[in-house]
Parts: sequence; C-alpha cells; structure tokens
Amino acid sequence: MAVASSDTAIRSSNVTRTFIYLFLLLFALFYLMPLGIMLVNSLKPLSEITSGGMIAMPNEWTIEPWLSAWSTAQIGVEPTGLRPYFINSIAMAVPAVAISTVAGALNGYVLTKWHFQGATWIFGLLLFSCFIPFQIVLIPMARILGLLEIAGTTYGLILVHVVYGIGFSTLYFRNYYAAFPTELVRAAQIDGAGFFQIFWRIMLPSSGPIIAVCCIWQFTNIWNDFLFGASFASGDAAPMTVALNNLVNSSTGERPYNVHFAGAIMAAGPTLLVYIVAGRYFVRGLMAGSVKG
Amino acid sequence: MGFLDINNVTKSYGAVEVLHKVDIQVDEGEFLVLVGPSGCGKSTLLNMIAGLEGISSGEIAIKDRVVNNITPSKRNIAMVFQSYALYPNMTVGQNITFGLEMQGTPKPERDKAMAEVASLLQIENLLDRKPGQLSGGQRQRVAMGRALVRDPDVFLFDEPLSNLDAKLRVDMRTEIKKLHQKLGTTIVYVTHDQIEAMTLSTRIAVMYDGYVQQLGTPKEIYDTPANIFVATFMGSPAMNVLPAQLIEMNGAIHAEVAGADGPKHLRIEDAPDAYGNYVGKSVMLGIRPEAITDPEGADRNAKNIQSLANQVTVTEPAGADTFVTMSLGGKDCVARMRADAEANPGQPFEFAVNMDKAVLFDPQTEARLA
Repeated sequence: MAVASSDTAIRSSNVTRTFIYLFLLLFALFYLMPLGIMLVNSLKPLSEITSGGMIAMPNEWTIEPWLSAWSTAQIGVEPTGLRPYFINSIAMAVPAVAISTVAGALNGYVLTKWHFQGATWIFGLLLFSCFIPFQIVLIPMARILGLLEIAGTTYGLILVHVVYGIGFSTLYFRNYYAAFPTELVRAAQIDGAGFFQIFWRIMLPSSGPIIAVCCIWQFTNIWNDFLFGASFASGDAAPMTVALNNLVNSSTGERPYNVHFAGAIMAAGPTLLVYIVAGRYFVRGLMAGSVKG
Repeated sequence: MGFLDINNVTKSYGAVEVLHKVDIQVDEGEFLVLVGPSGCGKSTLLNMIAGLEGISSGEIAIKDRVVNNITPSKRNIAMVFQSYALYPNMTVGQNITFGLEMQGTPKPERDKAMAEVASLLQIENLLDRKPGQLSGGQRQRVAMGRALVRDPDVFLFDEPLSNLDAKLRVDMRTEIKKLHQKLGTTIVYVTHDQIEAMTLSTRIAVMYDGYVQQLGTPKEIYDTPANIFVATFMGSPAMNVLPAQLIEMNGAIHAEVAGADGPKHLRIEDAPDAYGNYVGKSVMLGIRPEAITDPEGADRNAKNIQSLANQVTVTEPAGADTFVTMSLGGKDCVARMRADAEANPGQPFEFAVNMDKAVLFDPQTEARLA
C-alpha cells in the first residue's frame, strides 16, 4: 500500500513538474525576446535590417556595429564612440556605490549598536530621503554643485548619487544589524576593540549578503540614472545613459539601428553582469533581516 | 575592602530605579553566584561590573580601584556570554586571541597563551575551525578559553549554561567548578537556576525585584533563608510554607497546623527567644520536603523528630525518591521519601518531621523569625 501510494505521488509530481518547467521556460523566452532581438540585430549589417528582416538570424555575421558603437560612432559632435562615456560611468558608479555602501554600513552600525538620544528621529529622516522624488532636488542640487565648483563633472555626479544613496543603504544595513547579536559587540568591547575596530573586524566581515544587496541596488540605480546625468554632467563628463541617448539622436541620414542596438546592450551590460555575479546573494540578503527578525 | 567591592550601587532608567542599593564584597578566589528569577536585576548588575552599563549611584571597585568611569577593556575583567558571542568570521584560535591582539600583545606571546588555554580546555584540535562548525559544548569551551587567555582579575559569567541540553549542562557545571578550584580565580556568575547556584558557589546573592534578598554561603541560604521568597526559590521541590499557629503546650512551644482530620501539633525544641513573642499568633512554618520522611527514613542524627499522622493525597515516584503529598495547613505539603516507602494515596500514613530543620516566618513581613 505504502509503496503504491508513494509511487503515484512521484508520478503525479513528475507531471506537475514538467508542466511547471514548460510554463517557466515559456515565460523566460518571452522576457528574453527583446534582448535576443537586440543581440541578433547588433550582429548583422544595416542592409539586412532595413530590408525588413528584424526577427531573422543574420545571413552575414559581423561585429562591425559593436566596434563602431564602442569607438567611432558619432556622439553629439565628436565621433568618439561610447568608450569615454562608459569610462565616465564606471568612474562615477564605482566610487558612488562604494562610498554610499560604507556610509550606510556605518550608519546602520551606529543606529543599532550605539544608542544615542534621537537615533530613531535621525533614522526616520534618512528613511524619508528615500521617498524624495529626483525632480524636486534638481534646482537646489544644481545650486550646491555650483557653490562647490563641481557642477558638470563626474565628482559632482558622485556626490549627488552618494547623497541619494545613503538613505537606502542605511535602511538596508540598519535592518540587517538590528538582527545582529549585540552580545558580539559587547564581547569585542570587553576584548578592547574600539569603535572602528569593531566595525571593520566584527561587523563588516559578517555583512556579506547585505553588502551584495546594497551594491546591486546602488549600482543599478546609479548606472541607469539618466536625469542627474543629463542635468549635471552633459558634455565630456556625461555618463553612459546620456551618451546612448546622444548616439541615437545625433546620427544623420539613415539610422544605423545595428549600432544603436550594440550601444544599448553595452549600456545594459554592467548591471546584467552584477546581477549574474552577485544575484544569488540578493534574495538571500533581502530575506536575512526579515526572517531572523 | 574585598577584591571586588560593590558599594551601595543603584541603577535607574529615568525615574525608575531597577536596582536598589546593592552592597556586596567579594574576596579573592570567591565564586559568587547572583541568582534570581527573570527581571530581578542580576544581569544588569553583572553588566555594571563589566562596564557595559552605567552606574547611577554608588561605586564598584576592583582591587581597590574604583572603575565607575573606566571602559570595559581597561577593567581587567573577562566575560562569558549566554550566547557565547563568538566572532563568526574568525577561527577558534583567532577568537581566543582577539583580546590579546587588541591589547597589542606580540604574536609569539599570543600563540603561547592560546596553546596553554587550548590544552587546559582540551580544544587543541578545534583551533582552526569556525564557531559555526562547533557543537554547543565546544562553543562553550571556546568562550571560556577567550575569557581565560586574558588572565583577568575577575571572571563574569552571564548564564553560560542555559543554552546547553540538560546532560551537557551538568557536565559543564562540574568543569567550571573544577576550573575554579584549579585556577583559584574570582568569579561572578549569573544564573536563574538554583541548582547551579548551590553547586558552584562559595557564596550566593539571591536577588528579587532589584533587591539582594540574602547574601550568604549555600548552606546559610538553604538552611536559614532570610525570608519566604528565598526559602521557596532555593530548593527543588520548593520548601513547604504552611500557615500555622504557635501555642504553648506542656511547657514547650508547638506549631499547630491543620491536617486532613484536625489540628496537628509539632513540638519545637531550643526555640529562639523571638518565637516567644509569637505564641498565640499565626506564623508561616517552613519545612523542606526532605525533612519530612517515613519514620525509618528519618535522619538518625536529628534531635527532634516529630511524628505526624496524616492522609496521603498523591504519591509521585521519581526513581531515586518518592514524593508524597498531603494536605497540611490547607495547602499541599510535599514530603521526599525513600523510593520504597509504603505510602498510598487516600491512606493514612505516619510521617516523621525533622523539626531541627523547620523555620518560622512572620506572615506579614515574610522575614524569618530568629
């Protein structure tokens, strides 16, 4: 009896399983289709696209559009390709992510492990900054960047993104550290570790998942930002997103769609890569604070 | 002055005083246990000794040096936490030597100290593992190693055994006691487990509601509890505290208690003078379960065994002992008997009460009469 019933259970679960996987596969294909079409079209000559073969595989494979998008395409007035702007974006996103993450970690550490008067208020205000729409701060921000004499530069963008990022990174780290055992901090205090020693030696090494979450979130937001980039750093200091827009808008005559597709994939590439590399920590880290409570 | 002096220390959160004028002197090599139910202030007091919580008034001195305003790391203390608080990202070896590293001890000395502690606690084979790979008992040892390696003046233990399973807890208890005997260190140990308190300590401070109810040796606490709280908190099963009437009969003071079938009289010998004032008044009579037995099982050295015939209500065989319950003074009164004592529920039984061990409490103040 027992054997027979467990047999049926396995068989029915196999059927269900196959169905589930087919279903998931269908959806995966559906969501991947735009990327597939972009990829396919970036690898064929322009003539094949203009002759109406958008969906078809290339007859003639070429990486010419990629090379053009990277180094020779017309961006605004200069035929520089996207390369300098890609470098701009890296030079903006990496420090901005690093600074806002470390600052968020420090804030979270102080807010949870070193209680002081008004801590809840300060956290509330930081949290509030998460909900301020970008558009509202454009003019005051421009004024401040002007006063600091870093308007129109990558440094200015780093500052803007750090300021905007601290609210979120503080929220992440505060919640993560709230579940972090306070006894560890007390043990380290008795062992003679100071404020920063406890932070570097005890807290940060145990924060892997939440650092991954914070970095993914910040990197995605900062890399994909268009508004701040367009407002505060046009010209040579423009980030990738602004350059992509310029690439698409500044071509004259026949539009080189294959080059545009290649450029768009380049602009999306780093965020995709970050998700692939650190994605498995993302769910784990998001869950960590909530489940342990 | 003792080795560790706690002088009139209080702790307040805002207007609420949670610890009232605690005054304890601990000598070098003593094992002081702070015991009490949850929320009695024992952990707060320990954290104040450690420097993890501020002192609202009074002072704490270690080796005659007032430490009120000295940071935890400079007090030369070590603490073992309830959750062990091992650093999860470091190996056992790094955990043990972290404190020395923070004090700037050179590496060769650190390694030597670590090797000594590891061999003392028999954890040499664990030094390269992470805390996550250890069992509860092993973590406990590492936590003790981390405390021992610093060679502190005072060890502080915050309920270190409460996360272990019952058997391991008994083993570790014995080990802590052995360690104390071997090293002769000064220890302050917090627990809510009265058996741990009795077995480990050289002195016990029983705390309740922010007050030290009684401070004394385990024997003092057990035999002459200061009040009804201490009497019932220490000992398992708890001491029987029964309403009684003191009367004078045939030239001796007797305690009269209501049995199942009428009043019972228990003669009190060598009564302290204080008892005289209570003749004709009601008192609370405290008798430990092991002082009530069957006549054959009674203590042969006791001077005053009183016989008491009463009806048995329940018997609970527990292997080594049988607990026999009767109704006395309107309450359930537990007697601890030999396993093969022939008491049966619903039957009358001849109890032998060792009145040498009986104590009396004032029903209003709940303090012991002496």
